[in-house]
Amino acid sequence: MLTVKDLHASVEGKEILKGINLEVNPGEVHAIMGPNGSGKSTLSAVIAGNEDYEVEKGEIILNGEDLSEDDAETRAHKGVFLSFQYPVEIPGVTVTNFIKTAINASRKAQGLDDMPAKDMLKNIREKAALLEIDSKFLSRSLNEGFSGGEKKRNEIFQMAMLEPKLAILDETDSGLDIDALKIVANGVNKLKSKDNAVIVITHYQRLLDYIVPDFVHVLHNGKIVKSGTKELAHELEAKGYDWIKQLAD
Amino acid sequence: MDLKEKLISSFMAFEEQLDLSSPIHEMRTRSLKQFEEIGFPTKKEEAWKYTSIAKLLKNDYSIFPKKETTIELKNVKKFFLYDIDTYKIVFIDGVYSPFLSDTTHDGIDVCLMSAALTRDKYKATIEKYFNTTAKQDDSLTALNTAFTKEGAYIFIPKSVVAEKPIQIIYFSTSEQGPMLLQPRNLIVAEENSQVQIFERHQSLVSHQVLTNSVTEIFAAENAIVDYYKVQNDLEEASLIDNTYVSQKGKSHVSVHTFSFGGKLIRNNLNFYQKGEYIDSTMKGITIIGDKQHVDHYTLVDHAQPNCESHQDYKGIYADKSVGVFNGKIYVNQIAQKTNAFQKNNNILLDDTATINTKPQLEIFADDVKCSHGCTIGQLDKDALFYLRSRGIPKKEAKGLLTYAFANNVLESVKIPAIKTRINKLIANKLGVSVGHDL
Repeated sequence: MLTVKDLHASVEGKEILKGINLEVNPGEVHAIMGPNGSGKSTLSAVIAGNEDYEVEKGEIILNGEDLSEDDAETRAHKGVFLSFQYPVEIPGVTVTNFIKTAINASRKAQGLDDMPAKDMLKNIREKAALLEIDSKFLSRSLNEGFSGGEKKRNEIFQMAMLEPKLAILDETDSGLDIDALKIVANGVNKLKSKDNAVIVITHYQRLLDYIVPDFVHVLHNGKIVKSGTKELAHELEAKGYDWIKQLAD
Repeated sequence: MDLKEKLISSFMAFEEQLDLSSPIHEMRTRSLKQFEEIGFPTKKEEAWKYTSIAKLLKNDYSIFPKKETTIELKNVKKFFLYDIDTYKIVFIDGVYSPFLSDTTHDGIDVCLMSAALTRDKYKATIEKYFNTTAKQDDSLTALNTAFTKEGAYIFIPKSVVAEKPIQIIYFSTSEQGPMLLQPRNLIVAEENSQVQIFERHQSLVSHQVLTNSVTEIFAAENAIVDYYKVQNDLEEASLIDNTYVSQKGKSHVSVHTFSFGGKLIRNNLNFYQKGEYIDSTMKGITIIGDKQHVDHYTLVDHAQPNCESHQDYKGIYADKSVGVFNGKIYVNQIAQKTNAFQKNNNILLDDTATINTKPQLEIFADDVKCSHGCTIGQLDKDALFYLRSRGIPKKEAKGLLTYAFANNVLESVKIPAIKTRINKLIANKLGVSVGHDL
């Protein structure tokens, strides 16, 4: 599904990613862990096509297609989804209108007509129920005045609506209490299938108790320094990141 | 003969049509003299530094409406708030259109200024209010006073709540060539009364029209007046709007100004607080492009203690458009515990667009809270990426963000029909489809 080859990326001339290699197959859940500043969020932003980052070298291949030249919206149309650590507030645009605009933009890119209003409504209702989202919430302005938990639930709601092939969850657990965390994780688990893949980016192991990864990678100083199975996450939780740093240096 | 000379020499002919024994006659003569002395404003004056009307004055305007022009309702319906029940006072080329209007004398007066100025029934009110808050040494206001003949007259008696909003609409056609229109409105809301007003100037064919409008609003103790101005005219139409608001204790007056179209618009909006615990609200959304020019010149005179003023103006400028915001807040030394807030946030969509923004605070009291802030910026990059990462193309994403930027000014709009209408106008203007809520 996703192949990242020797990816180097910088922001404002400072190199952040220094040769990332990653292979994600359909049906898999990968966790990327690492200390602050290791490049986790940069990796997700670069895969999603944030133009603030300069890709110096390497390839990002999704289902056989190189995404390097695609802008963010095109990557979204091809099935990439990024759940933001800090979702942006957009006053005056309701959650419903936003998601309708997004879905119909993707459909348009694929040469399809707008989704009929009836189907859209049904779809919204189903996915909102999955994330235990109240219908009143859907007519609020996007992310405006949302609590941390509401913002993250709304991100996963959008993921549910857009049905991406590859979903990257950037620090989705930050700012969540345990109940919200369970709802979010439950939503992600229900959306998982043999045809899609999830990359969970997190500092802590906590979220991985609920979204259980097939593989865990540890990022340090712009490189993946260690890969393993879910036991690696427990080891990191117990020992902290210092031993990884020493290992890498 | 330039416009000033033409106006002065036309005055005598104008006066002959009117009652010379009326007390207004003397006021007119005095105002004409005032105008003659000061003349039209030029860029040399600080208040007009960024807005020049010199070019507009070169047109050979007809000064007096010649005849009644009729238009069919179906052709102009879209310019009204048509989905709610309202009173209407409608003028075409400066002449009252009884056919399009829906006036009343039932409990409140919604009628013509020409009637109010001439009939005995209104004499006391006219003497008490007319031209008493308008700035006497403002040349354009003086010019309007000299030629005052027609406009809207609204009187809401003590403790009456006007049950329907009132629409004041000025249409212009190209029937009489370039045209100078000078409507004059008087709104009086007595103690504990409430009224909502919607005003629009609209040319029906693109032509040279210059409107120099004066509106005086009086809100007595505890009165609530909400005034909405929609300025979305065609490309050759210009408007100078002079609005004067005089407020007594505990009254609330809000003026929302939506400037989306026209050649040149200057809004002179003045609030005078003449009691305690007054709330004055001024909000504006400006969205223009091409070579359009919109200037907001506001004044709040905090003359008494314990009052508030809230100003929030948003501007979005594309192409070679020019915006001006000049907000003056004056706090008298006895006006302790004043809360005065002013915000002016702008987005320039193109490098060729200009905004001149200038807060002016003159504070002579020591126990006050005053804040002002102006920003000029581009759209937030992170927000743009967020939308694009959801598959929304760059152009549409920019439109949505611009829409969101302007939109929150609408929170204080109390009439849902106006809110919906303005929302649609903004979305239209920015080329975004925000659809309807499911």
